[in-house]
Amino acid sequence: MALQSLDIRRCSATTMPSPAARVGATPEVAKLIDTSKCIGCKACQTACMEWNDLRDEIGTSSGVLDNPRDLTAQSWTVMRFSEYENPKGDLEWLIRKDGCMHCDDPGCLKACPSPGAIVQYANGIVDFHEEHCIGCGYCVTGCPFDIPRLSKRDHKAYKCTLCSDRVAVGLEPACVKACPTGAITYGTKEQMTHDAAERVVDLKSRGFDQAGLYDPAGVGGTHVMYVLHHADQPGLYAGLAAQPRVSPLVRLWKGATKPLALGTMVLVALAGFLNYVRVGPNETREEDEQSAEREKERAHG
Amino acid sequence: MTNHWVDIKNADVVLIMGGNAAEAHPCGFKWVIEAKTHNKAKLIVIDPRFTRSASVADLYLPIRPGTDIVLLGALINELLTKDQIQREYVTNYTDLSFIVREDFAFTDGLYSGFDPAKGKYDKTSWDYERGPDGFVKADPTLAHPRCVYNLLKAHYSRYTPELVESVCGTPKAKFLEAAALIGSTSTTTRAMTIMYALGWTQHSIGSQIIRTGAMLQLLLGNIGVAGGGMNALRGHSNIQGLTDLGLMSNLLPGYMTLPGQAEQDYDAYIAARAQKPLRANQMSYWQNYAKFHVSLMKAWWGEAATAENHWGYEYLPKLDKLYDMLQAYEMMLDGKMNGYICQGFNPLAAAPNKAKMTEAFSKLKFLVVMDPLATETSEFWKNFGEHHDVDSSKIQTEVFRLPTSCFAEEDGALTNSSRWLQWHWKGADPPGDARTDIAIMAGIYTRLRHLYETEGGAFPDPIVKLSWPYARREDPNPEELAREYSGRALADLYDPKDKTKLTRKAGEQLSGFGELRDDGTTSSGCWIFCGAWTEAGNQMAKRDSSDPSGIGQTRNWAWSWPANRRVLYNRASCDVAGKPFNKARTLVAWNGKGWSGVDVPDFKADEDPAQGMGPFIMNPEGVARFFARGGMADGPFPEHYEPFESPLGHNPLHPKEPRATNNPAARIFKRDREALGQAAAFPCVATTYRLTEHFHYWTKHVQLNAIMQPEQLVEIGEVHAKELGIKAGDRVKVSSNRGFIKAVAVVTKRIRPMTIEGKPVHTVGVPIHWGFKGLARPGFLANTLTPVVGDANTQTPEYKAFLVKVEKA
Amino acid sequence: MADGHSPDMLVRYKPAQRLGHWVVVILFVGAAASGLALFHPALFWMSGLLGGGPWSVVLHPFVGLAMCIAFYTFVRPLWHHNRLEPRDRAWLGAIRDVVDNREDRVPETGRYNAGQKILVWVLAACLIALFASGFVIWRSYFSGYFAIGIIRASALLHAFAGFVLVASVLVHISAALWVKGSVAAMTRGTVTIGWAFKHHRAWFREMIRPSGGR
Repeated sequence: MALQSLDIRRCSATTMPSPAARVGATPEVAKLIDTSKCIGCKACQTACMEWNDLRDEIGTSSGVLDNPRDLTAQSWTVMRFSEYENPKGDLEWLIRKDGCMHCDDPGCLKACPSPGAIVQYANGIVDFHEEHCIGCGYCVTGCPFDIPRLSKRDHKAYKCTLCSDRVAVGLEPACVKACPTGAITYGTKEQMTHDAAERVVDLKSRGFDQAGLYDPAGVGGTHVMYVLHHADQPGLYAGLAAQPRVSPLVRLWKGATKPLALGTMVLVALAGFLNYVRVGPNETREEDEQSAEREKERAHG
Repeated sequence: MTNHWVDIKNADVVLIMGGNAAEAHPCGFKWVIEAKTHNKAKLIVIDPRFTRSASVADLYLPIRPGTDIVLLGALINELLTKDQIQREYVTNYTDLSFIVREDFAFTDGLYSGFDPAKGKYDKTSWDYERGPDGFVKADPTLAHPRCVYNLLKAHYSRYTPELVESVCGTPKAKFLEAAALIGSTSTTTRAMTIMYALGWTQHSIGSQIIRTGAMLQLLLGNIGVAGGGMNALRGHSNIQGLTDLGLMSNLLPGYMTLPGQAEQDYDAYIAARAQKPLRANQMSYWQNYAKFHVSLMKAWWGEAATAENHWGYEYLPKLDKLYDMLQAYEMMLDGKMNGYICQGFNPLAAAPNKAKMTEAFSKLKFLVVMDPLATETSEFWKNFGEHHDVDSSKIQTEVFRLPTSCFAEEDGALTNSSRWLQWHWKGADPPGDARTDIAIMAGIYTRLRHLYETEGGAFPDPIVKLSWPYARREDPNPEELAREYSGRALADLYDPKDKTKLTRKAGEQLSGFGELRDDGTTSSGCWIFCGAWTEAGNQMAKRDSSDPSGIGQTRNWAWSWPANRRVLYNRASCDVAGKPFNKARTLVAWNGKGWSGVDVPDFKADEDPAQGMGPFIMNPEGVARFFARGGMADGPFPEHYEPFESPLGHNPLHPKEPRATNNPAARIFKRDREALGQAAAFPCVATTYRLTEHFHYWTKHVQLNAIMQPEQLVEIGEVHAKELGIKAGDRVKVSSNRGFIKAVAVVTKRIRPMTIEGKPVHTVGVPIHWGFKGLARPGFLANTLTPVVGDANTQTPEYKAFLVKVEKA
Repeated sequence: MADGHSPDMLVRYKPAQRLGHWVVVILFVGAAASGLALFHPALFWMSGLLGGGPWSVVLHPFVGLAMCIAFYTFVRPLWHHNRLEPRDRAWLGAIRDVVDNREDRVPETGRYNAGQKILVWVLAACLIALFASGFVIWRSYFSGYFAIGIIRASALLHAFAGFVLVASVLVHISAALWVKGSVAAMTRGTVTIGWAFKHHRAWFREMIRPSGGR
């Protein structure tokens, strides 16, 4: 989002490796969202807007409690409420804080064509640097979680930064700070994974046999993880992807195709030039002109 | 709260009923999550709607609005039948063994002494039998047919799980599951906390609902222990402070009471309140009433309050009747109240029946509104289309709007639900011409005083003799006021046991209400706050969060009334011999010489438990009451009465006694009774409540909150919506016999149809928060719909259960 | 003097056609530079042509759309010259000789040889693909109407079609630079009869028929 003092591990649209001297030593971080502790109070939404100086429009009610209704360039996180009747016939109100998952293998970064517009810091945070954003929306295409939103105002893409500006100075993200129940916590990914395991034990003791941690391997794991009561059915939580991965189409588009196509184009140009050099210019010689003249005269008799 | 927010983490079972802590008290709710996470606590939520609290509950029970006593009564019945009670606790610390007067009776839903003409009870028969020594008669074997235990058992034997299912609509199996879990806390090592709020209070039987909850906790031995208690979640910043400081028409600070018209004699006034012990060797702390009262009068009238004038007793108004808000609006309508000062209150939005409120305000000559915001009340005379359709040309009321600062723009103390007085510091200057409430009140007062001084009047003394010792007369400093309500010595104080020993020099701040005297040598503006500002300084400003106990007893964080005590009745956490029932969560204990522990003992500090002093030192019995005696207006045992607008129209417990359909002692005026609707025209039960995104009618003025929940909505069950052909997002019209609102329909599985006495009843959820002023989309005031009916004891309106019909708008 | 009045010259493109071609060229350069800039980081510098990354993103769809329109406007009157005929097969069979610059061994061709014909069809097809997929991935106006799967497929298709287009154009440019006299055909509009005789003999014969060319 802004000038930062975090080391960059990966950078969009570059053919060069990022500085790697610290790789492995910087601990990876994660935000853990425990849906079983979340009460949907939207303090995180509000804190996000306050810290990041965002103000979405005062909308309308669409007959649900979700509001703003969806992520926007001004709403980097929203609560999504799902009513689920479990097989026992009891109602469960599953509330999920939606926002960027900070994939370890970020589809947005892979898709981004603008050098340095999307970076991944050494600690795992995926950040958009809007000053480099060109507004193409490829990040939206690349994201397996449907997170980035293009601003109607400036045509730049926005999403949760995991408060990289706060994290850079040793603070927790604003949503974590604001969460009244401790449903959102922040720390090293190792610690969060460990904490999640404890929560899973507790949830299993309360009858949620399928409780588990959502840290999908398909995107290399995420730096925002969920504790779910029903880890076997992430879709219950407002359509959380069961097996998210960067789409094969996107991988093809931004993977092998790029160097192959570029190489092919270079080869084509080169081939033309080299053939020219090999066989010389294809020129019309005087004899061709004369032959043509003769034929012309013959035709006109 | 008897306990405090942090202490909730010690609970083994958390019962949230009559409240929605997660939604309305999200910050405090962290301690419920803490109990679940680190104390393996189970959370039970009982609510008409599947709320945000229910979303994290282990067990959710639906209930028809206004039938809580049936469910709680049935829980009491279950515990008594299964003998799941903390026997040592109830036999020693409650009145179960006391014998009730022979003339006490309960017939067809009415207690002895009912006067149908006045709608009031003569409470003489509601008392214990006394022996020749004046003390109560008791039967420790609990065998006596008229001992409280047997009366209680008989009273609640009618409250069965089957009745719960048929009257509350709560499935029997769920009820029994909850009962088992709740019953599990009758052991000495398990505790349950009850968290409730206005979902209990705002009923015509609100006080009795709360009492039933307290009785449940007493049976389980959960009062006075860590992780237990009756915990009222206060919904306004400083609403706890409001009651503590006696801002009710009949109260004086510190829960002292104003005299009635019949109480012209000062000594009789004191004697009626300084209750003598009802058993041998009981503390009966209210015996000290005169000390608190005289110190208050010295704080108010200073030199003018003397022994000769009974400390200014004649300055105090003597009430002919209660002047609660329902009474006030009734008087406005009758033209008996012509001016109104509305401070920090938006009654057009907050009081029931907006049409009546508009009419009442229209009859005023003047209305002064002190508020940081442009409230609906201050513009009640203006037409806002269908949201507030009035003819301004017909309204002659002159409205003055005095902009005030908000909480963050002034120094001062706020009292939270935990009874903690927490000092806060100004964060910014108030905008524009806004002034603090103190400055405005002081300005009005000094001008009034000047008028009385120069022009005289019928009775100028209470005004002109008021002690006004502040450095800036027109703008007293909050610190001066705080020191004043805490209290100081007016003369040198000597130890009563050793008259040569000087304990406090004149002019010094007092350390606590134990130092108060009834001879005019001390002053304290609110005796329960005495000690908040001592010679050591502002105790409310303490911010040390260390917790050596590990159970959340942060005694150096702010200051808790009374006496910085964090858990009330904590003596009851120990057995008769003074040993803690639960060593792991010890609050206080008898160490052979005195009482000590991580809390300030709620007991005489050096009282040997062998002497038999009871732990409930404020009661003259020394024990807690199941039998309320005359303490309640509507009966010594809570009984279920239907809401005044009931889908049944009769009381299922007393179908043949129409006088017992609704609370016979409730506050209702004739014209308000006429405005009640019937189930035939208004078949659905509605209840009003808050959403977490907003705070009352304030935050619709705040951009961020308006973004979070921008537009007025009502919640309708899926089945109900289907019957009406309503889809989520449709606009609907919700009407009661008093008016209508229109809002967006939220169609939800979280409200299910209930089967009440075999018939389907639908519940409609009406969140408050919207109105015709503010940044959020304009809406209707929810209280357009609600009836003007007050609880018999507190006169709190019945916002939580009334009848409506729903149609597509 | 160079516009076909000389008896030794043949008119290959009329002024309007030449203009049409170069309009397409200019638009192609704009679209290709901005497209390639987004296609591969190594080519991001090309975004400078249209004024940087954001301008590239803003202009690319409009330029591309304009190119499609210009291309079809330019090519439509030439459609009938580009119908594939049986003799094109023979030409393709002799592609080795074409590349080796032994045109004497190559079967004679009409106004366009098989390679040129295939090129124009490939370009036409690519532009249809680019046009369709371009709409789907045009974020500012249209992407909102499409499912993410369609958008992803379109992004891939757009990139692929763009690649084929650029590669084909590179072949076209190479051929034009290689075959001397071709550029003049598109700048002056005329070719020498010898040029026509050598490269497009069937067209040459058609043109010198008394009823044929001017």
